Amino acid sequence: MSQATLRVQKISGHAGTVPGEDAQREYAVCKLIDTTTCIGCKACEVACMEWNDLPFGETVFGNTYQTMPETRWNYWNLILFNEHETEDGSLMWLMRKNQCMHCADPGCLAACPSDGAIVQYTNGIVDFQQANCIGCGYCITGCPFDIPKMNPKTNRVFKCTLCADRVSEGLEPACIKSCPTGCLHFGSKEDMKYLGEGRAKQLREHSNFPHAGVYDPPGVGGTGVIYVLHDASKPENYGGLPSNPSIPFMVKLWKGPLKWLGNVAMVGGLIGLVVHYLRFGPKSREEEAEVPHKGA
Amino acid sequence: MTPSASTAQRVPPGHILRYSFRERLVHWLAALSYIYLLVTGLAFWSPWLFWIAVALGGAPISRMLHPWFGLVFIIGIIQMYGLWASQMGFNDVDRAWMKSMSHYIQNQDESMPPAGRYNAGQKMLFWGFMIFGTLLFLSGLVLWFPEYIPWSLRWVRYISVVVHASSAMATVGLFLIHVYMGVFAERGALDSVIHGDVTEDFVRRFHPGWYKEIMGSSTTTTRK
Repeated sequence: MSQATLRVQKISGHAGTVPGEDAQREYAVCKLIDTTTCIGCKACEVACMEWNDLPFGETVFGNTYQTMPETRWNYWNLILFNEHETEDGSLMWLMRKNQCMHCADPGCLAACPSDGAIVQYTNGIVDFQQANCIGCGYCITGCPFDIPKMNPKTNRVFKCTLCADRVSEGLEPACIKSCPTGCLHFGSKEDMKYLGEGRAKQLREHSNFPHAGVYDPPGVGGTGVIYVLHDASKPENYGGLPSNPSIPFMVKLWKGPLKWLGNVAMVGGLIGLVVHYLRFGPKSREEEAEVPHKGA
Repeated sequence: MTPSASTAQRVPPGHILRYSFRERLVHWLAALSYIYLLVTGLAFWSPWLFWIAVALGGAPISRMLHPWFGLVFIIGIIQMYGLWASQMGFNDVDRAWMKSMSHYIQNQDESMPPAGRYNAGQKMLFWGFMIFGTLLFLSGLVLWFPEYIPWSLRWVRYISVVVHASSAMATVGLFLIHVYMGVFAERGALDSVIHGDVTEDFVRRFHPGWYKEIMGSSTTTTRK
């Protein structure tokens, strides 16, 4: 993976073509998170804070090990702890490292009106460019995973970059580097899928998790972060991971048909008015002819 | 309706005061704020129009000011409601006017039923701006602070983006027709909302019902 992986293949709010589209053959990168071997140590949270040099905020004690209820603009990587009761009454502790999923079809980018505020590199990483951000928060509405968070002071939105800076230098993301159990892996999407499916098969066949599987939701075109889940049929158990996420219907409606309808109506309306003026002209022309009558 | 207003401001002979100072002020408060909202809104609407925001000082500034201008606009809308809502009810003449709208479009104004101070088209414009202005305001509040809408209420955001955009499109339609009528089609109309007065002929021609109302009792003869 070279610097070239930071060529851009999708740009938010952009008129015209995208420079990096179809410009290289490099593969998409992917992070694999095996929730079945995560021990909730939070080393990834610390590594994320350290590498990205994020300012500290207050943590919240909510009667669990969880650092805070959800990710923040300055806290991009959060392990969600979920106590789950299985059908036979036994307890399972489901831990899921939550962060940006780096969707192939990103809702944040689709919703963003600002040219170049959100880009997707040819390696699949979805990255926010705060310098181009206008602070509208449309990305918050577009994201099906509740990931983009607003910095209230600067009105700019932040999230996990998949350590695009590290990846472009051939390094793996900071969280991967820190994981002590090896539940985090990084590589090409193809390799991570293979690795994940192999682990899921092992769980199904040897560990009494008949529904184990890989979470790579097709509704958003697949993701650049995929999970191995003990029970892939119920991702909601893992801190509300949506079972079939997609760009919200209303956002698609707004950015799709409504946009075209509106553009056609506006341009059509303007043309209509010009044609009307040329055909019928102003209303008061006859008034001038009527002026002599006025005195009579 | 406004004979008392005609005593409030001197107008040239043969002219009638159509809009009081307050009416003109409110109109331009709403109009100018709407124009800012329209152009910055269009910049956020389409990447092909994003340059408008750049030309107006940068998109972050446009995003920051757009909601504040929205507050000015909604104040204008509320003022307009207070000024004009009572005059905007639909009566039988308006219903007849609607039926002969095709004549109006073809400038056959002599075939139109005698409109009052406002014709049915103007009344529709008024109510259109009232309804869509209110929808824009409510959805705009959500879009102003989307980060404070909790995840469990995210449907409020989803509805707001669609309502805001479609209401805006509806007002663009109203706005285009309004500006076309006022500036290009009905000569004298733009003047009237700046200086306040129109010619008697203008009133006779476009608002015969109103003409009768303000002149009828005092003049000796009625035309026709």
